[in-house]
Amino acid sequence: MDMQVPKKKLGLKERYTLMTRDLAWDTSYQPKEKVYPYADYEGIKIHDWDKWEDPFRLTMDAYWKYQAEKERKLYAIIDAYSQSNGHLGVTDARYLNAIKIFLTAVTPLEYMAHRGFAHAGRAFPGPGARVACMMQAIDEMRHAQTQIHSLSNYNKYYNGFHDAPHMYDRVWYLSVPKSFFDDAITAGPFEFIVSVGFSFEYVLTNLLFVPFVSGAAYNGDMGTMTFGFSAQSDEARHMTLGLECIKFILEQDPANLPIVQRWIDKWTWRGVRLLSIVAMMMDYMLPKRVMSWKEAWEIYFEENGGALFKDLARYGIRMPDCCEQIRQEKDHLSHQVWAAFYNYSAATDFHTWMPDEDEMKWLSQKYPDTFDQHYRPRFEFWREQQQKGNRFYNKTLPMLCQTCQIPMLFTEPGDPTKICYRERDYKGSKYHFCSDHCQHIFDNEPEKYVQAWLPVHQIYQGNCFPEGSDPTAPGFDPLAAVLEHYRLNAGRDNGDFEGSEDQRNFEAWRGMAKRND
Amino acid sequence: MQIDLRTVSIKPQRQTYGHIERRFGDKPASRYQEGTFDLQPTANFHYRPTWDPDHEIFDAARTALKMQDWYAFKDPRQYYYGAWTLARARQQDTAESNFDFVESRNLGALLPEDVRQLALDLLLPLRHVAWGANMNNASVCAYGYGTAITQPCMFHAMDNLAIAQYLTRIGLLLGDPGALATAKEHWLYAADWQGLRRVVEDSLVVQDWFELFIAQNLVLDGLVYPLFYKTLVEDALSLRGGTAVAMLTQFMTEWYAETAKWVDAQIKTACAESPENAALVRGWIAAWQSRALDALTPLAQRALGERAGAALDDLATQFAARVAKCGVPA
Ligand SMILES: [Fe+2]
Ligand SMILES: [Fe+2]
Repeated sequence: MDMQVPKKKLGLKERYTLMTRDLAWDTSYQPKEKVYPYADYEGIKIHDWDKWEDPFRLTMDAYWKYQAEKERKLYAIIDAYSQSNGHLGVTDARYLNAIKIFLTAVTPLEYMAHRGFAHAGRAFPGPGARVACMMQAIDEMRHAQTQIHSLSNYNKYYNGFHDAPHMYDRVWYLSVPKSFFDDAITAGPFEFIVSVGFSFEYVLTNLLFVPFVSGAAYNGDMGTMTFGFSAQSDEARHMTLGLECIKFILEQDPANLPIVQRWIDKWTWRGVRLLSIVAMMMDYMLPKRVMSWKEAWEIYFEENGGALFKDLARYGIRMPDCCEQIRQEKDHLSHQVWAAFYNYSAATDFHTWMPDEDEMKWLSQKYPDTFDQHYRPRFEFWREQQQKGNRFYNKTLPMLCQTCQIPMLFTEPGDPTKICYRERDYKGSKYHFCSDHCQHIFDNEPEKYVQAWLPVHQIYQGNCFPEGSDPTAPGFDPLAAVLEHYRLNAGRDNGDFEGSEDQRNFEAWRGMAKRND
Repeated sequence: MQIDLRTVSIKPQRQTYGHIERRFGDKPASRYQEGTFDLQPTANFHYRPTWDPDHEIFDAARTALKMQDWYAFKDPRQYYYGAWTLARARQQDTAESNFDFVESRNLGALLPEDVRQLALDLLLPLRHVAWGANMNNASVCAYGYGTAITQPCMFHAMDNLAIAQYLTRIGLLLGDPGALATAKEHWLYAADWQGLRRVVEDSLVVQDWFELFIAQNLVLDGLVYPLFYKTLVEDALSLRGGTAVAMLTQFMTEWYAETAKWVDAQIKTACAESPENAALVRGWIAAWQSRALDALTPLAQRALGERAGAALDDLATQFAARVAKCGVPA
């Protein structure tokens, strides 16, 4: 070859192919089924991985350069925010409870996504898909760590941030996010990518990130805002990956359609149930509101999601069958969930409170058809009782839905005065559900969902007490024992915000900034 | 009212998260510590993997190795995502200017033809070896136990991918896409590459993730990198006017030196834990080492001619010394 002849410039696509999928080969010393043992058992038929369209073309050199720039900026802001006591600049200390939930319920999911994408990134026989999944695997580690690092400074001053990984494995309400992701990661790689990459990242992620990140911006929380915005360009990549996966699977074989449709139905519902905690956060926990849950749902799901599903109709995909129920629930969801957390506030790692009069007005205005009629009277009563010194705490453990693991707190579709219960007998045992959709999910895979580690059952079985506890000893206090097992400091991390240590400290510290002593 | 929050000096309630404090005491913790320790869920998993019903989602029994505390596998580089990305971005800057230097001065064209051909013949098939390493490290991250060791393996997997990509660029710089295709043909069919390909493919089906860690990161890399990047490129090719090639593989040389320290620390930790662990590690090393050395023999002969025998002996001796230093019993 004559080196003096100028080389033909490779096209971007050609070059990226050489940099990624051309690295792979068909093994011959070991059979394909052994090298990729998890590729076939879900029944998804892939005939030609070469048809995979790379959702983005990022080689490692460019990735490092780009991400390093973002990391430098992000950590500079985190440092400056911590050094200048930025936490005293948030609207009021009630806000901090929203990010306690973020650290205990969302950050562990970022970690699980990291491991899940490592698994998918190993399991897919297609090198293009592998590379995109592995990149997401390290991005998700980035998200987990930038969140831990940003929120580390809050942990130094406020209660409830102190043991997120321990609590994620144990605390009753955290079994909702945990079982969601355990469900995804224990599914095969194709269902995993549809559940997390498509249903969650593509369809629902805006409903998670916009409320938290805009909520942070509205409430003066630079730390959370910064990691949120910094994650956005990663999210854009993740969303294109989720969409490409769906299209690729559907284009490969018509027999894939019913499987994928079932997954979309399941994971939209699972996702929406998970997001009910975000609904309550938006409507009740942000001192300065961004928008109501209902408005967010209408914009990010009904409008944006609607357009997406129209686009997917050409593959035969229809809107998830749970959409009608979600539409009906949007007027009720946040109020019912907040009421439940208010009830069980003695057993959480964050504080709750009743909205003040201005906030009630806002709720009436945002939910004209439901708030005054169904929720205001109850909330006013609780507020009255609290002011009289009778703050109500429910100390009876609730029945949980076998699928989503949320206490049975949702009402019957069409009847907001009646709690919705469903049940099913399976192999001699009774299982309970919050909804038809959760029951259908169980019916499709009962052998999976009977395994669920339900916190309430576990407490009653005596599995959630500190080691060496004797529940038969006189004076044994089961709730105190459970809280100790959770590493939750009763009276400090939980209960009503009114009169809490967080409230007192925040006031005192902010007061110091205004005085000269 | 504008208040200056910086002037307030308040005493923190605690210095770090509870799980970090229980490990390291109530003192300010590093970002590596907060971002790594106890991050992986360990209890109360809801469902068994449908792809591996014999195990929990994260299950210490996926390897025969046994540890009291899986977070004993500390990374001496203290890499968390940010630290790793910044370190690699800096190395990438150097690599970029090396590629620019070679390209702008047309140093590729000035290479003696036999040197250029030898570099293409022996380096380009390593793209596939690096791809295998990438798959294996993704495996360790997916199925391993404890963030302290799974996290750096995912970084390592991406490093392996980057190395495959640098090798691709070398192919395009010193040759053309046809050179990459020829090298792939050799990887698939040429007799002298088949031993190595068989070892790599056999590693892809190893079930025990710590054995895989050893096979890939200690044994295979521990023999391939010194042989190709040191003995062949830095010594043999440079003597024959091929310093340009050494510039293009500087990333690999430095990366190997850096990551070997991390790999050695893991081996040391595993062996120090118990005699049973040490025996396991020794067995795994012995099995993979002899196979890898056999597989490399025809390639060393191609690269070094009659000096191959002595070079392979050196390689084995140095590797044995490295392994002994890690506390692996003889
Ligand atoms: Fe994420
Ligand atoms: Fe449910």
